[in-house]
Amino acid sequence: MKGAEALLKALEREGVEVIFGHPGGAIMPTYDALYDSPLRHILVRHEQGGVHAATGYARASGRVGVVMATSGPGALNLVTGLADAMMDSTPVVAITGNVPRALIGTDAFQEADVTGVTMPITKHNYLVQDVNDLPRIVKEAFHIASTGRPGPVLIDIPKDVQLAEFTGELDAKLDLPGYKPTLKGHPKQIERALDALEKAERPVLMVGGGAQHAHAELLAFAEKTGLPVITTLMGLGAFPGNHPLWLGMPGMHGTVAANRAIHHADVILALGLRFDDRVTGKVSRFAPHAHTIIHVDIDPAEIGKVVRTHIPIVGDSRLVLKEMLKGAKPLRLAAWWRELEEWRTRYPLRIKPKPHLQSQEVIRAFHEATGGNAIVTTGVGQHQMFAAQFFPVTRPRSFLTSGGLGTMGVGLPFAIGAQIARPGELVLDFDGDGSFQMTLQELATVVKYKLPVKVVILNNGYLGMVRQWQDLFHARRYSEVYLADSNPDFARLAEAYGLKGVRVERKEDLRRGVEAVLNADGPVVAEFKVYHEEGVFPMIPAGGAAEDMIVEDPREKEEVGA
Amino acid sequence: MRHIISVLVQDHPRVLNRITGLFARRGFNLESLAVGTTHQPGLSRISLVVSGDDRTLEQVEKQLNRLIEVLKVTDHTEPHVERELCLVKVHVGGLEERLAVKDIQEAFRARVVDVAHKSLILELTGDSKKVDSFVEALRPYGILEVMRTGAVAMSRGERVLKLREKKEAV
Ligand SMILES: Cc1ncc(C[n+]2csc(CCOP(=O)(O)OP(=O)(O)O)c2C)c(N)n1
Repeated sequence: MKGAEALLKALEREGVEVIFGHPGGAIMPTYDALYDSPLRHILVRHEQGGVHAATGYARASGRVGVVMATSGPGALNLVTGLADAMMDSTPVVAITGNVPRALIGTDAFQEADVTGVTMPITKHNYLVQDVNDLPRIVKEAFHIASTGRPGPVLIDIPKDVQLAEFTGELDAKLDLPGYKPTLKGHPKQIERALDALEKAERPVLMVGGGAQHAHAELLAFAEKTGLPVITTLMGLGAFPGNHPLWLGMPGMHGTVAANRAIHHADVILALGLRFDDRVTGKVSRFAPHAHTIIHVDIDPAEIGKVVRTHIPIVGDSRLVLKEMLKGAKPLRLAAWWRELEEWRTRYPLRIKPKPHLQSQEVIRAFHEATGGNAIVTTGVGQHQMFAAQFFPVTRPRSFLTSGGLGTMGVGLPFAIGAQIARPGELVLDFDGDGSFQMTLQELATVVKYKLPVKVVILNNGYLGMVRQWQDLFHARRYSEVYLADSNPDFARLAEAYGLKGVRVERKEDLRRGVEAVLNADGPVVAEFKVYHEEGVFPMIPAGGAAEDMIVEDPREKEEVGA
Repeated sequence: MRHIISVLVQDHPRVLNRITGLFARRGFNLESLAVGTTHQPGLSRISLVVSGDDRTLEQVEKQLNRLIEVLKVTDHTEPHVERELCLVKVHVGGLEERLAVKDIQEAFRARVVDVAHKSLILELTGDSKKVDSFVEALRPYGILEVMRTGAVAMSRGERVLKLREKKEAV
């Protein structure tokens, strides 16, 4: 058996069913072995599409996503996707070919120091030197990627190692003496946390992506205590977006209620989140009244990294919640809830009636038509924030977006990965005209594998989010953000790829358009021509605090102090 | 505050790269770094001299611990021994200078390890402060070269830097 075959067998032993990838010289022995393997391979058109699809697969399924690429240019095309998976703690294993061992370091054809390049953007990486190490390395890679704080792991395999005769054992043992994530929270700290919550007058529960797998425990805990729940962009879906205890998303484009709740909170229980600056704004002015911040995270390095934590709990959010649930009591929060309710009803997310079609309306129409029953993916920009605001998902692993890295172009490949992970479900990609054009070649992948994803392009003819900042902070000097003069006809583009194209230009055609998308059997690319100068509000300017929140477009000004 | 940190690592290729990369990427201030093998095959020990406030130091420790090949990290706040090796090549013009340098050498208990017509190489071990003063004392005579290894440290007494106890199976 050759190394390549041993590699694939090792992947099978990890329960891998599907690999996203793109071949090339240095990975050819493995592609040759793949020809006889039961593993399913999805041929993408660009390795970036592959790694994002693997990420989407992982995020939608909770399993490890696998991507494969050749050396040099192929491997380097994974860089953005690996960084994206790293920032959003997604379990991905990337397998790359490299030049034969004897050529490493000689600037050989298609050689790049891929382990060097990916060191800061992977949880760990390997350069395989001995073919017989393959089973152990694969086992370790999956273990590292999927346990503790999940993340991407890269395995770089020289071509001659793939070709070498494998004489080792496929049964391998982990050899990771330095890797032992703490899973169970410290009982004393958990007790302190419960105590602090019980004494709190204005507590809030903040939830991040690290609690997506803890949704059942989270729901039980919130309902038992009656705590108001706020979910970050990465936490959307971890708690049902239609639940009366839910206040929405915090941060730059969060709801008034969520941001004010944090601003006035005396005790904050933060679960599986890392206090991103898009959430905190200026840290020194974040949650100024909170005398107790309880931070639960599986990664000790997250605790105290950004905000001062009074009760640190290192552990898996699900196990910690399970423990907390045992001691949880209904809290007396009637007065607090009266305040929260007031903010919530006074400042709901609103769509101002306007003569032209607006992105928010399109998203809301899809939400209504589907009953919120879809897996949503997004690009990055205004449409992403609108989707977060107007498509409140109710189930975990159903809102797939690039939070930490903010990677334009993830929408379509995430949708591909999600559709493969959950084939029976409706997968909706709300995309921007800018974002979509970063990876649109993956339409070919959609066609090739007959994936019924629905791409909804909210075409405002601009790099909208950048235009909004130029509008607010650069005196409306719209430098290099105009796209409308050179955008393709998206519906015809879809047709060129062999899938259904839909175009909606007028407000009155909205319903018809939504139906055309949802009633289509297979994949669709729908272009909704939306108002070109929309802004995302509410907004807390970068580096601001809850008090600086702008609720509506300053052209129709309303500001609220927290 | 200056801290000296010992890190026990698996001596895999690139592990040093991971550590220095971590410092660069997170903006931690690394003053010196010394690496060597241990009595246990496969394990190396790194001494880092880092400066920063408590919060930074806490992050340095935690971020180092995140690296898969890092087995143990200790910030030596407890009583410990700290040593640095330094070689100084100093210019000695005439007899007078030679005698003066010899005085310094004796005062610091340094050793002469090379004698040439117009220069000497002196060797000194000591904590970094002592090495600093030694170099300063020699400066007026015309230092030609200084080579310092960076500090290494070890806790006094019973405490040893060893593999973490197995806490929990994953
Ligand atoms: C790869 C990448 N390049 C640049 C950016 C910076 N950026 C953030 S939002 C944005 C505009 C996005 O435009 P579009 O996808 O059309 O969405 P819209 O904001 O118009 O909804 C840009 C350029 C980014 N996030 N990612």
